[in-house]
Amino acid sequence: MKAAIVTFPGSNCDRDLRVAFAAAGFEAVPLWHKETSLPPGTDVVGLPGGFSHGDYLRCGAIAARAPVMGAVAAFARSGGHVLGICNGFQVLCEAGLLPGTLMRNAGLRFVCREVGLAVGTSASPFTAGWRQGARLSLPVAHHDGNFAADDDVLERLFAEERVAFTYTDNPNGSARDIAGVLSANRRVLGMMPHPERATDAALCSTAGAPLFAGLAAALAGQPA
Amino acid sequence: MPDRDMTADTAPQDRLAPEPAITPDLVAAHGLKPDEYERVLALLGREPTFTELGIFSAMWNEHCSYKSSRRWLRTLPTEGPQVIQGPGENAGVVDIGDGLAVVFKMESHNHPSYIEPYQGAATGVGGILRDVFTMGARPMAAMNALSFGAPEHPRTRHLVQGVVAGIGGYGNAFGVPNVGGEMRFHPAYDGNCLVNAFAAGIARSDRIFYSAASGVGMPVVYLGARTGRDGVGGATMASAEFDEGLEEKRPTVQVGDPFTEKRLLEACLELMEAEAVISIQDMGAAGLTCSAVEMGDKGGLGIRLELDRVPVREEAMSAYEMMLSESQERMLMVLRPEKEAEAREIFARWDLDFAVIGETIAEDRFLVLHGNRVKADLPLRALSGEAPEYDRPWVASPPRTPLGPLPDIGPIEALQVLLAHPDHAHKGWVWEQYDWAVGADTLRRPGLGAGVVRVHGTRKALAFTSDVTPRYVLACPETGGAQAVAEAFRNLCAVGARPLATTDNLNFGNPERPEIMGQLVGAIRGSGAACRALDMPIVSGNVSLYNETAGRAILPTPTIGAVGLIADHADMITGPARAGDVAVLLGRDGGHMGASALIWAAWGREDGPPPPVDLEEEARNGAFVLAQAGAIRAASDLSDGGLALAGFEMAAAAGTGLALEAGDTAWFFGEDQGRYLLAIEEGALASLLAAAQEAGVPARPVGRFGGEALRLGTAQAHMAALTALWRGVLPGLFGSG
Repeated sequence: MKAAIVTFPGSNCDRDLRVAFAAAGFEAVPLWHKETSLPPGTDVVGLPGGFSHGDYLRCGAIAARAPVMGAVAAFARSGGHVLGICNGFQVLCEAGLLPGTLMRNAGLRFVCREVGLAVGTSASPFTAGWRQGARLSLPVAHHDGNFAADDDVLERLFAEERVAFTYTDNPNGSARDIAGVLSANRRVLGMMPHPERATDAALCSTAGAPLFAGLAAALAGQPA
Repeated sequence: MPDRDMTADTAPQDRLAPEPAITPDLVAAHGLKPDEYERVLALLGREPTFTELGIFSAMWNEHCSYKSSRRWLRTLPTEGPQVIQGPGENAGVVDIGDGLAVVFKMESHNHPSYIEPYQGAATGVGGILRDVFTMGARPMAAMNALSFGAPEHPRTRHLVQGVVAGIGGYGNAFGVPNVGGEMRFHPAYDGNCLVNAFAAGIARSDRIFYSAASGVGMPVVYLGARTGRDGVGGATMASAEFDEGLEEKRPTVQVGDPFTEKRLLEACLELMEAEAVISIQDMGAAGLTCSAVEMGDKGGLGIRLELDRVPVREEAMSAYEMMLSESQERMLMVLRPEKEAEAREIFARWDLDFAVIGETIAEDRFLVLHGNRVKADLPLRALSGEAPEYDRPWVASPPRTPLGPLPDIGPIEALQVLLAHPDHAHKGWVWEQYDWAVGADTLRRPGLGAGVVRVHGTRKALAFTSDVTPRYVLACPETGGAQAVAEAFRNLCAVGARPLATTDNLNFGNPERPEIMGQLVGAIRGSGAACRALDMPIVSGNVSLYNETAGRAILPTPTIGAVGLIADHADMITGPARAGDVAVLLGRDGGHMGASALIWAAWGREDGPPPPVDLEEEARNGAFVLAQAGAIRAASDLSDGGLALAGFEMAAAAGTGLALEAGDTAWFFGEDQGRYLLAIEEGALASLLAAAQEAGVPARPVGRFGGEALRLGTAQAHMAALTALWRGVLPGLFGSG
């Protein structure tokens, strides 16, 4: 299984995401933002955390128009799996691959702490490792994680069980405590918390490991 | 020597304003004293040009030349088998085994942060990160030591919010975990805040990059962001006392761009990997001037610069402005000529500027050309070698008389006073604005003692701490200087890390006042003795003087940043304590209340001598903690607030209570040195105490963790109430949400 992890200028969790994918058995390869195609055999694309293009203009807005994003969008439309974490979530929203947008935190400050989460659905390749309603704790580290969308979009996300995670102690003012959302085909996940920072027993938490393990299992079970 | 026409065609130059004549006022405005200017005249045998005056001003100010502190800095211990590179380069380099080295330094950005807190602090972080990656190291950890005026001072809130946001804004975007630091408040900092930024990185020990140029006719290359007018004269500003007119100094503060810095990091490391770099130097204080002189001076070469080739972002910049600009995120490099195409390709890929702007020359000459005119033609080595050095008069601080009688206070009431004081309150408000987990290698987050970060891809981990107690340094500079090192040593031992080396950031007032110079001399003597005794050589550092406003100096603040090695991170003392663990006091029973945190927080008193520092005892007790690390569940050094405050913090971290045996106020809150509080599992207690006896280290059980209360003898309070008090202080002062 191959995971291609995009590096935008200003990405700073690209290495961490490659390490987490590799630990779950993936071949994790870097993918430069100026490329126009994905490496052959890519099973999942990772959009990492960081400050692509310095968060200038609007978080994720410039990266969403990077050359590689055309290939990522085509991959997603054809049923490919895409995981966007933190800045990667912002890029997915800016690219139109996920609904909604991420605004400045309600407290107006950067916030780095462990937050409590509830799993909103286990019906996705990313969340199959948990039962619905399971509680876990993951670190967040962002200035712009305040998820916002129209009321009807929010209604639809819940009705279609596309809210992958909600906060149990909302750190940023996100609408309806939303911490992560899935695409309609459930193969694109964007989330603000950092599961890749919690996949190693030495780091005192392996709470994020089921995401990568679940994805590996789902992809292994997929017909070739 | 007036500007010399190189050719008849001087078109670019004609657009520039004519350069001012050199007058005594202009010389004084450049911070050069009359005798220093005489030295310039004698060296050149003529009047300097305006650009040359700017260059001398930049090279001979306190910030760049260390002219007041140099003779005392030379007395510091800087060597040891672990030291690969001591002071004098961009950062110190220390061997951590298996072909790896840690590269680290601490540096102040005090004056800029007071003028413009967000950008001042942000560019302080940017500067120290560049110092580290210039040497070929990928940054792995950062810390910050901050000192502010009284919380109720009208400027403090603005400074605290701006500085913390600026540190976070830069470090978070760059992507380095911020794992520790300090924050204190005192009216002596009302007119001068301190922002001391630390960074550490990892490099291969056989692939360290230095600033010394080598080879004649080698291309001198400009890398990174473009040059603007920001920060012109910044280093001179940072070497002066503040007076009125602060707002007018704002243009001397630089503006940071962490996005460019991140790309510069990646591009520089690729360039080094490609073996394209002969030498490299970051453009920090006095930018192009200092970096070019440094490279030439260390390599025994001259440098010729053509300023028309410098990438600029503003029109019609003069040679003076280009030579003194402190625009950020820039590097100067001597390139292997055969690698130029490859180097250009790397920088183009990262969308960064790359320009050959000069070459190394054989003569001892610093030649600066602009618009076909010679703007400066100076003997290069004299710029640093002939910089003034002063043996400033100093007087020792008078010894303190013994502490007078103290009012009665109950132990719980005393603890509440400390928990409600911003110096000792929970600092989550600060470090939750810093990304402490980026890199996914942070093993111990900020909040209690040293931060610990794994060396990526290895079993090794490094511990980082930053310490000083300015109250003690004021009371006795020598003891205070030693105590800062001793506390850093203890914080490293308390996580199971073997102390390796230190960096010092010496913040003082005006050295032209003998009593301030006496503080500097005493602190250097004290910290030097402690570094020697505890085998923690000082491998890098920075001096910030003239931290005074209207004749009122800051508390003497010699910040010590220290690094320790944990050979296998499984051996780290991880903590937290667990309910049922025995609380063991390692070291003597307490009782020293002079210059303590409690008398300051409770009664506004700063009298009495500081606690004595016994370096042999420190070494012995620290070695015992390291030898017994496997038997220790959690450990904390005892410092501000003594046994009671350390006990509370350990209990809070564990989410449990603690009952300590009865004692008087001085026993609970005394700040005697060389001590630790340990959490020991019941079953491991007997053998630990036996080992202590054998090692000649005092150790005895003084209480037990567990329950929901903190008990100090017969008095007690709910942990939940104490914790709420402790956590509420900074949000209450500086904003919640």
